[in-house]
Amino acid sequence: MKRTMKRTMKKTHVSTVINGDEIDFLCDPSQTLLDVLRDELQMTGTKEGCGTGDCGACSVTVDGVLVCSCLVLGVEAEGAEIQTVEGMAGPDGDLHPLQRKFVEHVALQCGICTPGLLIAARSLLANNPDPSEQEVRFGLAGNLCRCTGYHNIIKAVLDAAAEMRSA
Amino acid sequence: MNNTQYKAPASVEKAIELFSGAEIGGKLLAGGTDLLVQMHSDMIAPALLIDLKKIPQLRAIEKEADGYRIGAAVSGVELMNHTGFCTTWPGVMDGVKLIGSLQVKGRASVGGNICNASPAADSVPPMIAAGALATVVGPDGARIVPVEDIGVAPGRNSLQQGEIVVSFLLPNQLAGSGGAYQRFTPRTEMDIAVVGVAVNLTLDKAGICSHARVAVGAVAEKVLLVKQAGDALIGTRVQDDATDNLVTAVRAACRPIDDKRGTREFRVQVAGVLARRVVATALERAKGSGQNP
Ligand SMILES: Cc1cc2nc3c(=O)[nH]c(=O)nc-3n(C[C@@H](O)[C@@H](O)[C@H](O)COP(=O)(O)OP(=O)(O)OC[C@H]3O[C@@H](n4cnc5c(N)ncnc54)[C@H](O)[C@@H]3O)c2cc1C
Ligand code: FES
Ligand code: FES
Repeated sequence: MKRTMKRTMKKTHVSTVINGDEIDFLCDPSQTLLDVLRDELQMTGTKEGCGTGDCGACSVTVDGVLVCSCLVLGVEAEGAEIQTVEGMAGPDGDLHPLQRKFVEHVALQCGICTPGLLIAARSLLANNPDPSEQEVRFGLAGNLCRCTGYHNIIKAVLDAAAEMRSA
Repeated sequence: MNNTQYKAPASVEKAIELFSGAEIGGKLLAGGTDLLVQMHSDMIAPALLIDLKKIPQLRAIEKEADGYRIGAAVSGVELMNHTGFCTTWPGVMDGVKLIGSLQVKGRASVGGNICNASPAADSVPPMIAAGALATVVGPDGARIVPVEDIGVAPGRNSLQQGEIVVSFLLPNQLAGSGGAYQRFTPRTEMDIAVVGVAVNLTLDKAGICSHARVAVGAVAEKVLLVKQAGDALIGTRVQDDATDNLVTAVRAACRPIDDKRGTREFRVQVAGVLARRVVATALERAKGSGQNP
């Protein structure tokens, strides 16, 4: 039912910058930014866990602000600068220190929560390059992980923060 | 089934024109953290979404002669990043900081928290305790509404057809003022208050309480301003008898639901405990607060 509805709807044209690239898309006004990224732009790095703001798997930044893309409309992204997990590794495929430390510390199992955690962790470190363990735990409280028990995620973020400070 | 339309007007006048002109099914959109969840679960399918975030007045945080004015669509994170507001209104910030995760606060506004009219909304008790006044504008002009008069029942507010909350004024307080909010939740983060209590009080130079307002959330169909609880402190040094009277007044005002998250008895009991705790914090803050802001 929803699917046929979408097809008949009048689409809105939206211009954005995503991970540094100018990207325009067409979307229906009730479509979330998460659905636009995944279904219209085939950028499936950003995950959907709940669709209701509870899990953080869909975390992206919009104009530098960390948000759940499932709680943002695609049309609201007009003129905005968006960062997703696809933009974290360098152009030559060099992993971001956070990504490298996640691998080193085995901070993921199924990996569904990982893109959201990476984006949230990068946002945390941008505001606070030297967080305490407690600050990391609070900073990532909006990202749920059903597999790892969080311990290795926290270790990976603290380790990446230390490396990024000394870089 | 309707096709949703989206409009992002740049002025209050334009927003009201759209909102009152939209026959039915027009919805105001601030941060969307309630609205999009309701749309996702097919509770609502608005014909027109009116995004308020492009209206400068709704996004401003300003120190005016009478106090701090915050736009209704200012996000939690924007408030957290505003040092002046945070130091002046720590009790309000206790509530704002509890709204969901950082991701949620990146979008969620105090205006939406209040207009959504959940009796458990965390910024509402401290805004009421602060004596915050909403500027509401509609097709018939502007009016000033105390925050305690906005929520009516879960999901229902007192705004009239076509009305929009533009901003909130948090009136200046005297030196020696302090506020605090605490809630009880089964989990420490990302949960809905089972009870929440806020206080805002002022001590004069002699240490006597000259002003106190107490508000309690999640114990009735809306957040309650408990006048008797504030009055129990006024004229006292906010010590044993006074705080006992405050606790009694808070408990007497509670008329909570009984559900799996908290029984009636539990909610009433906890409301009193939290009232005592927030008063202790507010006193510390009042003693530490310097000049009249
Ligand atoms: C995962 C998650 C966790 C949460 N946890 C908490 C929590 O712990 N504590 C808590 O209190 N809340 C919590 N919330 C809810 C909280 O985010 C919302 O209540 C939020 O504050 C609403 O603001 P908004 O800007 O997102 O409003 P929106 O969703 O945009 O709007 C909410 C309602 O208010 C109306 N409205 C908005 N602005 C105005 C205006 N200026 N004038 C008139 N009407 C208006 C809208 O039409 C809508 O009906 C949570 C939400 C999520 C998704
Ligand atoms: S999918 Fe957005 S928070 Fe879960
Ligand atoms: S690794 Fe599976 S949810 Fe986190």
